[in-house]
Amino acid sequence: METELTFDPVRLPLECQRLRADVRAFLAEEMAAGTFTPHIGGIDGAYSREFSRKVGARGWIGMTWPKKYGGQERSFLERYVVTEEFRVANAPVRLHFIADRQSGPVLLKYGSDRVKADVLPRICRGEVCFAIGMSEPNSGSDLFAASTKATKTDGGWLVNGTKVWTSNAHNADYLIGLFRTSAPTKENRRHGLTQFLVDMRTPGIAVNPIIQMTGHHDFNEVVFQDAFMPDDHVIGEVDGAWKQATSELAYERSGPERFLETYYVLTELVRVLGAKLDTRGAEGIGRLVAQVHALRRMSVSVAGMLHAGKEPVVEAAIVKDVGTIWEQELPARARDLAAFVEEQAGNRVAFEEVMAFATQAAPKLTIQGGTTEILRGIIARGLGLR
Amino acid sequence: MGTDSIVAETATRVFRDRCDPQAIVAARNDGWMAGAWSQIEGAGLSLAWVPDDLGGAGAEIADGFAVLRETGRFAVALPVAETLLAGWLLARAGISSPTGAMACGPAREGDRLTVAKDGTLSGRLRGIAFARGAGHLAVLAEREGGGLAVALLSAEGLRIGDETGPAGDPLNTIALDRVWPLAVKDTDIDAEALLLMGAAVRAMQMAGALEAILDIGVRYANERVAFGKPIAKFQAVQHNLARLAGETATALAAAGSAADAIAGGADQDALFLEIAAAKIRVGEAAGEGAAIAHQVLGAIGFTREHILHRFTQRLWAWRDDFGSESQWAVKLGSQVAANGADALWPMLAAR
Repeated sequence: METELTFDPVRLPLECQRLRADVRAFLAEEMAAGTFTPHIGGIDGAYSREFSRKVGARGWIGMTWPKKYGGQERSFLERYVVTEEFRVANAPVRLHFIADRQSGPVLLKYGSDRVKADVLPRICRGEVCFAIGMSEPNSGSDLFAASTKATKTDGGWLVNGTKVWTSNAHNADYLIGLFRTSAPTKENRRHGLTQFLVDMRTPGIAVNPIIQMTGHHDFNEVVFQDAFMPDDHVIGEVDGAWKQATSELAYERSGPERFLETYYVLTELVRVLGAKLDTRGAEGIGRLVAQVHALRRMSVSVAGMLHAGKEPVVEAAIVKDVGTIWEQELPARARDLAAFVEEQAGNRVAFEEVMAFATQAAPKLTIQGGTTEILRGIIARGLGLR
Repeated sequence: MGTDSIVAETATRVFRDRCDPQAIVAARNDGWMAGAWSQIEGAGLSLAWVPDDLGGAGAEIADGFAVLRETGRFAVALPVAETLLAGWLLARAGISSPTGAMACGPAREGDRLTVAKDGTLSGRLRGIAFARGAGHLAVLAEREGGGLAVALLSAEGLRIGDETGPAGDPLNTIALDRVWPLAVKDTDIDAEALLLMGAAVRAMQMAGALEAILDIGVRYANERVAFGKPIAKFQAVQHNLARLAGETATALAAAGSAADAIAGGADQDALFLEIAAAKIRVGEAAGEGAAIAHQVLGAIGFTREHILHRFTQRLWAWRDDFGSESQWAVKLGSQVAANGADALWPMLAAR
């Protein structure tokens, strides 16, 4: 076969199952204590300093990182378990999740020693929130069109320009920004961009809210006016950010958060349909369960291959493509299946609440972190079509 | 599911040499079959799951699934999977496998055979692949008065229909009326266990066939020129093939996971989830995937002379064997509902 796809049937090792029990006990305790409401915790109280600190205290943030930076040196598969259990419980992880998944690993690999020693331990303690400053008014999926400028000055850089659709910037302590430090070259249009660690307290940064259609505030516009970045806040190579982007992407694309974001809908659907289903309900649930099982097995497989040092780039892009389409369709399919549910079904109110939110949240799932169109382009390239 | 075992390599070699779809399409008759079968049998592929002392090759469960993936990748129009499954069933009752092709049943939800007190078998089986042409049949039957038995029947003298499936492979109804078996022995497996094993077999074959049609689609898109460039350069075609890759990947992961669960001796609940989910999801992928491949290939893919139909017709047929997507989904959904909403995630996460 010219187009070999590999999905080894990876099983999570025993230490993961022990860890899973600990995580479930912790989540049950927190729910009982009222720290968050099951199934809607990730919706309303998604950003919780108190909860993130407790997670940090358990050693479940940055858990794969070196101990000298506050990590636990545990395996990527163990992190997988923590991520999926939190996601399924819809726990409020917004404060630390981006830092844990991608900002921390980027700093770990390319950050200066001073920055690593200062910031990484605080991420691990669940104290700092990160945002990602990539998109701009004229640069979305086409990342390399970014024009926000960083100009060299004495001891650092002056940044001018605007980032947009920046999730959580209003809560963030730091942002990892992609700024233009040189013009692109004829040979390489990706040349000339540099990643910076941005301290959000820096003078010259304004965060303006952009309210989403759900009424929630997540997006922001971030405006830089002569904001000063010290030299040791440059992450990696000046003008060479394009070389740094690829290795983390497989982790970012294939995780459990790429198909479990609306999983709470399935839980409440099973509950609202009840123990005695008609054929239509049974078939609907059966297909959804088969689909999510297959997705999870794909995602665990990619995690296992990454853990073993392989680079399943195409496989990871496929997990995100198929996974986000599934989690996006889930609310609509639940709506169809629940059409004839009786008025007095026990969790009817809870079901309607999660449906009201999930239906409106669904469109973003195939946009954030790489659109369906971009992913299919990557898959097509992997297949040898481009 | 790795394809790096010696058994899998042998299967690839034999199928490439003797069952190449292009050569078969060019041959226009069935003359290739006898020679191909003797090679397959000689290499021990068709009795991979039968222990040495019962006349088989004594290969691992994983090796048998690797052979099955290859039967899908080559759309093998011979009863390799059927004989493999029949041998597995016979071995579950300690019955030796004969040489030659075998068929296996029941393969449809609700079909049942009975063994009378005198030892004869009666009942009706539908949708038995390759029954016509097989030398023997391996069947599961209920004993009158309780218990289950596996029986080996000679095909000679049986009332076997002459129906064919969409690919032209035999897919037959068999009526048994007080038929004397060659052997009948008690077994520890039930009808559900046979349906599950058959479903896992078909899921793996479908995953292999999906790999093949993805390959065919990609090659064709890179070769076929329209509007002055290979159609692979059109984004609409790229995105269709990316979707086909997604369906293929999902099928490989689901079928591979089910096969691994069987090979690893997973418990009954785990096997039910893994195999039911695989048959459902791979069956869905077969339908979606075949449609996309045909769209990419256009008119040529709809002809006898092109090999695509050898894969897509079998994909359509294999979906129906040993429980369709809908049938398994009703069973799986009913079980999930009975266990309750809060038991669902723990069940998924345990795999």
